[in-house]
Amino acid sequence: MEIINQSTSGTLESSDIQIILGPNKQGIDIDIRSSVQKQFGEHIDMLIRKILSDKMIENAKVLAVDNGALDCTIQARMETAIYRSIGENQRVDWGVVE
Amino acid sequence: MTNLRRTMMFVPGNHPAMIRDASIYASDSIMFDLEDAVSPFEKDSARLLVYHALKNVDYGEKELIVRINSLNSGFGFDDIEAMIAAQVDVIRLPKTETAQDVKDVEEVIESYERKLGREVGSTKMMAAIECAKGTLNALEIAKSSKRLIGIALGAEDYVTNMKTRRYPDGNELLFARSMIIHAARSVGIMAFDTIYTDLDNVEGFKAEVELIHQLGFDGKSIINPRQIKIVNEIYRPTKKEISHALDVIKAIEEANEKKSGVIALNGKMIDKPIVERAKYVLSLANHS
Repeated sequence: MEIINQSTSGTLESSDIQIILGPNKQGIDIDIRSSVQKQFGEHIDMLIRKILSDKMIENAKVLAVDNGALDCTIQARMETAIYRSIGENQRVDWGVVE
Repeated sequence: MTNLRRTMMFVPGNHPAMIRDASIYASDSIMFDLEDAVSPFEKDSARLLVYHALKNVDYGEKELIVRINSLNSGFGFDDIEAMIAAQVDVIRLPKTETAQDVKDVEEVIESYERKLGREVGSTKMMAAIECAKGTLNALEIAKSSKRLIGIALGAEDYVTNMKTRRYPDGNELLFARSMIIHAARSVGIMAFDTIYTDLDNVEGFKAEVELIHQLGFDGKSIINPRQIKIVNEIYRPTKKEISHALDVIKAIEEANEKKSGVIALNGKMIDKPIVERAKYVLSLANHS
Protein backbone atom coordinates (compact mmCIF):
# COMPACT_ATOMS: atom_id res chain seq x y z
CA MET A 1 0.00 0.00 0.00
CA GLU A 2 1.10 3.55 -0.64
CA ILE A 3 0.40 6.48 1.63
CA ILE A 4 -1.00 9.17 -0.63
CA ASN A 5 -2.59 11.78 1.63
CA GLN A 6 -1.93 13.02 5.13
CA SER A 7 -4.52 11.75 7.59
CA THR A 8 -5.35 11.97 11.28
CA SER A 9 -7.04 9.50 13.60
CA GLY A 10 -7.66 9.19 17.33
CA THR A 11 -7.78 11.87 19.99
CA LEU A 12 -5.64 13.35 22.74
CA GLU A 13 -7.89 11.90 25.45
CA SER A 14 -6.68 9.52 28.13
CA SER A 15 -6.23 5.92 26.90
CA ASP A 16 -6.21 7.07 23.29
CA ILE A 17 -3.48 7.81 20.77
CA GLN A 18 -3.57 10.42 18.03
CA ILE A 19 -1.91 9.42 14.80
CA ILE A 20 -0.88 11.81 12.07
CA LEU A 21 0.21 9.78 9.06
CA GLY A 22 1.65 11.15 5.87
CA PRO A 23 3.72 10.25 2.81
CA ASN A 24 7.49 9.99 3.04
CA LYS A 25 10.11 9.97 0.30
CA GLN A 26 12.04 7.05 1.69
CA GLY A 27 11.55 4.74 4.65
CA ILE A 28 9.55 4.93 7.84
CA ASP A 29 9.97 7.93 10.15
CA ILE A 30 8.20 7.68 13.49
CA ASP A 31 7.98 10.41 16.12
CA ILE A 32 6.39 9.23 19.37
CA ARG A 33 5.30 11.51 22.17
CA SER A 34 3.89 9.46 25.01
CA SER A 35 2.94 9.96 28.62
CA VAL A 36 4.52 6.54 29.16
CA GLN A 37 7.48 7.09 26.83
CA LYS A 38 10.14 5.72 29.15
CA GLN A 39 8.39 2.44 29.74
CA PHE A 40 6.54 1.87 26.48
CA GLY A 41 8.11 4.16 23.86
CA GLU A 42 10.12 1.37 22.26
CA HIS A 43 7.14 -0.97 22.32
CA ILE A 44 4.89 1.58 20.63
CA ASP A 45 7.54 2.20 17.97
CA MET A 46 7.83 -1.52 17.25
CA LEU A 47 4.06 -1.94 17.15
CA ILE A 48 3.61 0.92 14.68
CA ARG A 49 6.38 -0.48 12.46
CA LYS A 50 4.75 -3.92 12.52
CA ILE A 51 1.33 -2.51 11.56
CA LEU A 52 2.88 -0.62 8.64
CA SER A 53 4.84 -3.71 7.61
CA ASP A 54 1.72 -5.91 7.75
CA LYS A 55 0.06 -3.49 5.34
CA MET A 56 3.18 -3.54 3.15
CA ILE A 57 3.78 0.18 3.61
CA GLU A 58 7.44 1.02 3.07
CA ASN A 59 7.37 4.81 3.09
CA ALA A 60 5.51 6.82 5.71
CA LYS A 61 5.89 9.56 8.27
CA VAL A 62 4.11 8.98 11.59
CA LEU A 63 3.54 11.34 14.49
CA ALA A 64 1.99 9.45 17.42
CA VAL A 65 0.81 11.33 20.51
CA ASP A 66 -0.01 8.66 23.08
CA ASN A 67 -1.90 8.99 26.34
CA GLY A 68 -1.69 5.41 27.54
CA ALA A 69 -3.48 3.57 24.72
CA LEU A 70 -3.80 -0.22 24.73
CA ASP A 71 -2.13 -2.07 21.86
CA CYS A 72 -5.53 -2.78 20.32
CA THR A 73 -6.31 0.95 20.36
CA ILE A 74 -2.98 1.74 18.68
CA GLN A 75 -3.76 -0.92 16.09
CA ALA A 76 -7.22 0.55 15.43
CA ARG A 77 -6.02 4.14 15.22
CA MET A 78 -3.12 3.23 12.93
CA GLU A 79 -5.38 1.24 10.61
CA THR A 80 -7.89 4.09 10.54
CA ALA A 81 -5.14 6.53 9.57
CA ILE A 82 -3.82 4.13 6.93
CA TYR A 83 -7.21 3.58 5.29
CA ARG A 84 -7.84 7.32 5.34
CA SER A 85 -4.46 7.90 3.68
CA ILE A 86 -4.69 5.47 0.82
CA GLY A 87 -7.86 6.64 -0.88
CA GLU A 88 -11.57 6.14 -0.60
CA ASN A 89 -11.78 3.02 -2.75
CA GLN A 90 -9.73 0.87 -0.37
CA ARG A 91 -11.93 -1.33 1.80
CA VAL A 92 -10.85 -2.91 5.06
CA ASP A 93 -10.08 -6.61 4.75
CA TRP A 94 -11.70 -8.10 7.85
CA GLY A 95 -10.14 -11.49 7.12
CA VAL A 96 -11.80 -14.66 8.30
CA VAL A 97 -13.03 -15.76 11.71
CA GLU A 98 -10.16 -17.47 13.51
CA MET B 1 -22.37 -16.42 29.55
CA THR B 2 -25.63 -16.29 31.49
CA ASN B 3 -29.05 -15.72 30.01
CA LEU B 4 -29.61 -12.86 32.45
CA ARG B 5 -29.83 -9.50 30.79
CA ARG B 6 -30.80 -7.16 33.61
CA THR B 7 -28.33 -4.50 32.57
CA MET B 8 -27.01 -3.71 29.09
CA MET B 9 -24.42 -1.01 29.38
CA PHE B 10 -24.09 1.33 26.42
CA VAL B 11 -20.48 2.13 25.57
CA PRO B 12 -19.71 4.72 22.88
CA GLY B 13 -17.82 2.96 20.10
CA ASN B 14 -15.17 5.61 19.66
CA HIS B 15 -14.12 5.99 23.30
CA PRO B 16 -11.06 3.85 24.11
CA ALA B 17 -11.11 4.42 27.88
CA MET B 18 -14.76 3.42 28.22
CA ILE B 19 -14.30 0.45 25.91
CA ARG B 20 -11.38 -0.74 28.04
CA ASP B 21 -13.09 -0.12 31.39
CA ALA B 22 -16.39 -1.75 30.39
CA SER B 23 -14.91 -5.11 31.34
CA ILE B 24 -14.56 -4.24 35.02
CA TYR B 25 -18.17 -3.35 35.76
CA ALA B 26 -20.86 -5.85 36.69
CA SER B 27 -23.30 -5.30 33.86
CA ASP B 28 -24.72 -8.50 32.38
CA SER B 29 -23.93 -7.35 28.87
CA ILE B 30 -22.04 -4.61 27.10
CA MET B 31 -23.52 -2.79 24.14
CA PHE B 32 -20.92 -1.04 22.01
CA ASP B 33 -22.56 1.72 20.05
CA LEU B 34 -21.55 2.44 16.47
CA GLU B 35 -24.71 4.42 15.78
CA ASP B 36 -25.92 7.56 17.54
CA ALA B 37 -22.90 7.86 19.86
CA VAL B 38 -20.52 8.16 16.92
CA SER B 39 -20.26 11.12 14.56
CA PRO B 40 -20.63 10.34 10.84
CA PHE B 41 -17.00 11.38 10.36
CA GLU B 42 -15.73 8.81 12.86
CA LYS B 43 -17.74 5.73 11.85
CA ASP B 44 -14.69 4.08 10.26
CA SER B 45 -12.59 4.79 13.33
CA ALA B 46 -15.17 3.46 15.80
CA ARG B 47 -15.75 0.32 13.75
CA LEU B 48 -12.03 -0.52 13.82
CA LEU B 49 -11.75 0.35 17.51
CA VAL B 50 -14.63 -1.91 18.54
CA TYR B 51 -13.40 -4.65 16.19
CA HIS B 52 -9.93 -4.72 17.77
CA ALA B 53 -11.34 -4.43 21.30
CA LEU B 54 -13.61 -7.43 20.73
CA LYS B 55 -10.66 -9.42 19.40
CA ASN B 56 -8.24 -8.45 22.18
CA VAL B 57 -9.87 -7.28 25.41
CA ASP B 58 -10.98 -9.98 27.87
CA TYR B 59 -14.61 -9.24 28.75
CA GLY B 60 -15.01 -12.51 30.63
CA GLU B 61 -18.45 -14.06 30.46
CA LYS B 62 -20.25 -10.86 29.53
CA GLU B 63 -22.50 -10.95 26.52
CA LEU B 64 -21.15 -8.59 23.86
CA ILE B 65 -23.60 -6.65 21.72
CA VAL B 66 -22.98 -4.03 19.05
CA ARG B 67 -25.52 -1.50 17.91
CA ILE B 68 -24.91 -1.08 14.20
CA ASN B 69 -25.94 1.67 11.83
CA SER B 70 -28.95 0.98 9.64
CA LEU B 71 -28.40 -0.63 6.23
CA ASN B 72 -29.50 2.52 4.41
CA SER B 73 -27.08 4.76 6.32
CA GLY B 74 -24.09 3.78 4.20
CA PHE B 75 -22.35 2.25 7.23
CA GLY B 76 -24.47 -0.76 8.15
CA PHE B 77 -22.97 -3.34 5.76
CA ASP B 78 -19.41 -2.61 6.91
CA ASP B 79 -20.53 -2.65 10.56
CA ILE B 80 -22.04 -6.11 10.13
CA GLU B 81 -19.04 -7.55 8.31
CA ALA B 82 -16.60 -6.19 10.90
CA MET B 83 -18.60 -7.40 13.88
CA ILE B 84 -19.07 -10.89 12.47
CA ALA B 85 -15.32 -11.04 11.83
CA ALA B 86 -14.85 -10.06 15.48
CA GLN B 87 -17.34 -12.76 16.56
CA VAL B 88 -19.72 -10.47 18.42
CA ASP B 89 -22.51 -12.29 20.25
CA VAL B 90 -25.44 -10.06 19.28
CA ILE B 91 -26.09 -7.40 16.64
CA ARG B 92 -28.61 -4.78 17.66
CA LEU B 93 -30.66 -3.15 14.91
CA PRO B 94 -31.55 0.48 15.44
CA LYS B 95 -34.89 2.03 14.57
CA THR B 96 -36.68 -1.17 13.56
CA GLU B 97 -40.01 -0.37 11.92
CA THR B 98 -41.05 -3.62 10.27
CA ALA B 99 -40.35 -7.35 10.24
CA GLN B 100 -38.71 -6.82 6.84
CA ASP B 101 -36.06 -4.59 8.49
CA VAL B 102 -35.02 -7.57 10.61
CA LYS B 103 -35.10 -9.97 7.68
CA ASP B 104 -32.97 -7.62 5.56
CA VAL B 105 -30.28 -7.42 8.26
CA GLU B 106 -30.48 -11.16 8.85
CA GLU B 107 -29.80 -11.78 5.17
CA VAL B 108 -26.69 -9.60 5.33
CA ILE B 109 -25.53 -11.30 8.53
CA GLU B 110 -25.91 -14.72 6.96
CA SER B 111 -23.99 -13.72 3.85
CA TYR B 112 -21.06 -12.48 5.97
CA GLU B 113 -21.18 -15.52 8.24
CA ARG B 114 -20.68 -17.65 5.11
CA LYS B 115 -18.01 -15.36 3.66
CA LEU B 116 -15.99 -15.14 6.88
CA GLY B 117 -16.35 -18.77 7.93
CA ARG B 118 -18.49 -18.25 10.98
CA GLU B 119 -21.19 -20.79 11.77
CA VAL B 120 -24.42 -19.72 10.09
CA GLY B 121 -26.96 -18.71 12.71
CA SER B 122 -24.40 -18.14 15.48
CA THR B 123 -24.79 -14.35 15.43
CA LYS B 124 -27.86 -13.39 17.43
CA MET B 125 -29.94 -10.28 16.89
CA MET B 126 -31.87 -7.74 18.93
CA ALA B 127 -34.28 -5.19 17.47
CA ALA B 128 -34.76 -1.74 18.92
CA ILE B 129 -38.20 -0.23 18.42
CA GLU B 130 -38.05 3.54 18.40
CA CYS B 131 -41.16 4.90 16.66
CA ALA B 132 -44.94 4.55 16.40
CA LYS B 133 -44.78 2.33 13.32
CA GLY B 134 -42.34 -0.06 14.96
CA THR B 135 -44.43 -0.17 18.12
CA LEU B 136 -47.56 -1.08 16.18
CA ASN B 137 -45.56 -3.78 14.36
CA ALA B 138 -43.94 -5.10 17.56
CA LEU B 139 -45.45 -8.57 17.31
CA GLU B 140 -44.46 -9.05 13.67
CA ILE B 141 -40.96 -7.79 14.48
CA ALA B 142 -40.67 -10.17 17.43
CA LYS B 143 -41.69 -13.10 15.22
CA SER B 144 -39.46 -12.16 12.30
CA SER B 145 -36.28 -14.15 13.04
CA LYS B 146 -35.11 -17.07 15.13
CA ARG B 147 -31.94 -15.12 15.77
CA LEU B 148 -33.78 -12.54 17.86
CA ILE B 149 -32.99 -12.76 21.56
CA GLY B 150 -35.26 -9.85 22.33
CA ILE B 151 -36.77 -6.53 21.39
CA ALA B 152 -36.03 -3.24 23.06
CA LEU B 153 -37.63 0.13 23.45
CA GLY B 154 -35.60 3.15 22.35
CA ALA B 155 -37.46 5.99 24.02
CA GLU B 156 -35.53 9.05 22.94
CA ASP B 157 -36.39 8.66 19.25
CA TYR B 158 -39.83 7.29 20.17
CA VAL B 159 -40.94 10.38 22.10
CA THR B 160 -39.64 12.62 19.32
CA ASN B 161 -41.66 10.64 16.79
CA MET B 162 -44.72 10.87 19.06
CA LYS B 163 -44.29 14.66 19.37
CA THR B 164 -43.87 14.48 23.11
CA ARG B 165 -40.91 14.23 25.52
CA ARG B 166 -39.84 12.11 28.46
CA TYR B 167 -41.84 12.80 31.63
CA PRO B 168 -40.93 11.68 35.16
CA ASP B 169 -43.91 9.33 35.43
CA GLY B 170 -43.23 7.62 32.09
CA ASN B 171 -46.87 7.67 31.00
CA GLU B 172 -45.83 8.69 27.49
CA LEU B 173 -44.12 5.27 27.15
CA LEU B 174 -46.87 3.13 28.61
CA PHE B 175 -48.35 1.99 25.29
CA ALA B 176 -44.96 1.22 23.71
CA ARG B 177 -43.77 -0.64 26.79
CA SER B 178 -46.98 -2.64 26.91
CA MET B 179 -46.80 -3.52 23.22
CA ILE B 180 -43.15 -4.55 23.44
CA ILE B 181 -43.50 -6.71 26.54
CA HIS B 182 -46.58 -8.45 25.15
CA ALA B 183 -44.98 -9.03 21.74
CA ALA B 184 -41.84 -10.43 23.36
CA ARG B 185 -43.68 -12.67 25.78
CA SER B 186 -46.05 -13.99 23.13
CA VAL B 187 -43.12 -15.39 21.12
CA GLY B 188 -40.88 -16.29 24.05
CA ILE B 189 -38.09 -13.76 23.63
CA MET B 190 -36.84 -11.06 25.99
CA ALA B 191 -37.96 -7.45 26.41
CA PHE B 192 -35.60 -4.62 27.30
CA ASP B 193 -36.41 -1.17 28.48
CA THR B 194 -34.90 2.10 27.36
CA ILE B 195 -32.14 4.23 28.88
CA TYR B 196 -32.66 6.76 31.67
CA THR B 197 -30.55 9.81 30.97
CA ASP B 198 -30.88 11.92 34.14
CA LEU B 199 -27.94 10.37 35.98
CA ASP B 200 -28.24 12.56 39.05
CA ASN B 201 -31.90 11.69 39.61
CA VAL B 202 -31.41 8.44 41.50
CA GLU B 203 -34.96 8.33 42.86
CA GLY B 204 -36.40 8.86 39.39
CA PHE B 205 -34.23 6.06 38.02
CA LYS B 206 -35.29 3.71 40.83
CA ALA B 207 -38.94 4.45 40.19
CA GLU B 208 -38.52 3.71 36.48
CA VAL B 209 -36.69 0.43 37.13
CA GLU B 210 -39.38 -0.62 39.61
CA LEU B 211 -42.03 0.13 37.00
CA ILE B 212 -40.38 -1.89 34.22
CA HIS B 213 -39.66 -4.73 36.66
CA GLN B 214 -43.33 -4.74 37.60
CA LEU B 215 -44.35 -4.78 33.92
CA GLY B 216 -42.17 -7.83 33.33
CA PHE B 217 -39.20 -6.47 31.39
CA ASP B 218 -36.06 -8.62 31.53
CA GLY B 219 -33.76 -5.66 31.93
CA LYS B 220 -32.80 -2.14 31.08
CA SER B 221 -30.31 -0.39 28.88
CA ILE B 222 -28.02 1.73 31.02
CA ILE B 223 -25.57 4.49 30.25
CA ASN B 224 -23.46 4.60 33.39
CA PRO B 225 -21.96 1.96 35.71
CA ARG B 226 -23.61 3.73 38.66
CA GLN B 227 -26.96 2.43 37.42
CA ILE B 228 -25.98 -1.27 37.54
CA LYS B 229 -26.28 -1.76 41.29
CA ILE B 230 -29.68 -0.09 41.44
CA VAL B 231 -31.11 -2.32 38.71
CA ASN B 232 -29.65 -5.47 40.24
CA GLU B 233 -31.06 -4.62 43.67
CA ILE B 234 -34.54 -4.16 42.26
CA TYR B 235 -34.29 -7.39 40.24
CA ARG B 236 -32.84 -9.33 43.19
CA PRO B 237 -35.44 -11.77 44.58
CA THR B 238 -36.39 -11.55 48.26
CA LYS B 239 -35.38 -14.27 50.73
CA LYS B 240 -38.99 -15.42 50.82
CA GLU B 241 -39.10 -15.70 47.01
CA ILE B 242 -35.84 -17.66 46.96
CA SER B 243 -36.98 -19.99 49.73
CA HIS B 244 -40.25 -20.67 47.92
CA ALA B 245 -38.41 -21.28 44.63
CA LEU B 246 -36.11 -23.80 46.32
CA ASP B 247 -39.14 -25.58 47.81
CA VAL B 248 -40.78 -25.73 44.38
CA ILE B 249 -37.69 -27.25 42.75
CA LYS B 250 -37.32 -29.74 45.63
CA ALA B 251 -40.97 -30.76 45.32
CA ILE B 252 -40.54 -31.26 41.57
CA GLU B 253 -37.43 -33.39 42.05
CA GLU B 254 -39.13 -35.53 44.69
CA ALA B 255 -42.21 -35.98 42.51
CA ASN B 256 -40.02 -36.98 39.56
CA GLU B 257 -38.26 -39.58 41.70
CA LYS B 258 -41.58 -41.03 42.81
CA LYS B 259 -42.93 -40.70 39.26
CA SER B 260 -45.86 -38.83 40.72
CA GLY B 261 -48.10 -37.11 38.21
CA VAL B 262 -49.61 -34.50 40.47
CA ILE B 263 -47.26 -32.21 42.35
CA ALA B 264 -48.28 -30.04 45.28
CA LEU B 265 -46.51 -27.77 47.73
CA ASN B 266 -48.21 -26.66 50.96
CA GLY B 267 -51.53 -27.76 49.54
CA LYS B 268 -51.15 -25.83 46.28
CA MET B 269 -50.67 -27.49 42.92
CA ILE B 270 -47.41 -26.77 41.14
CA ASP B 271 -47.69 -26.40 37.41
CA LYS B 272 -45.26 -25.51 34.63
CA PRO B 273 -45.43 -21.68 34.95
CA ILE B 274 -44.68 -21.94 38.69
CA VAL B 275 -41.65 -24.13 38.01
CA GLU B 276 -40.43 -21.75 35.31
CA ARG B 277 -40.82 -18.80 37.65
CA ALA B 278 -38.95 -20.65 40.39
CA LYS B 279 -36.06 -21.38 38.03
CA TYR B 280 -35.98 -17.74 36.95
CA VAL B 281 -35.96 -16.57 40.59
CA LEU B 282 -33.05 -18.89 41.39
CA SER B 283 -31.19 -17.74 38.31
CA LEU B 284 -31.59 -14.13 39.42
CA ALA B 285 -30.55 -15.04 42.97
CA ASN B 286 -27.43 -16.82 41.76
CA HIS B 287 -26.26 -13.69 39.99
CA SER B 288 -27.18 -11.12 42.61
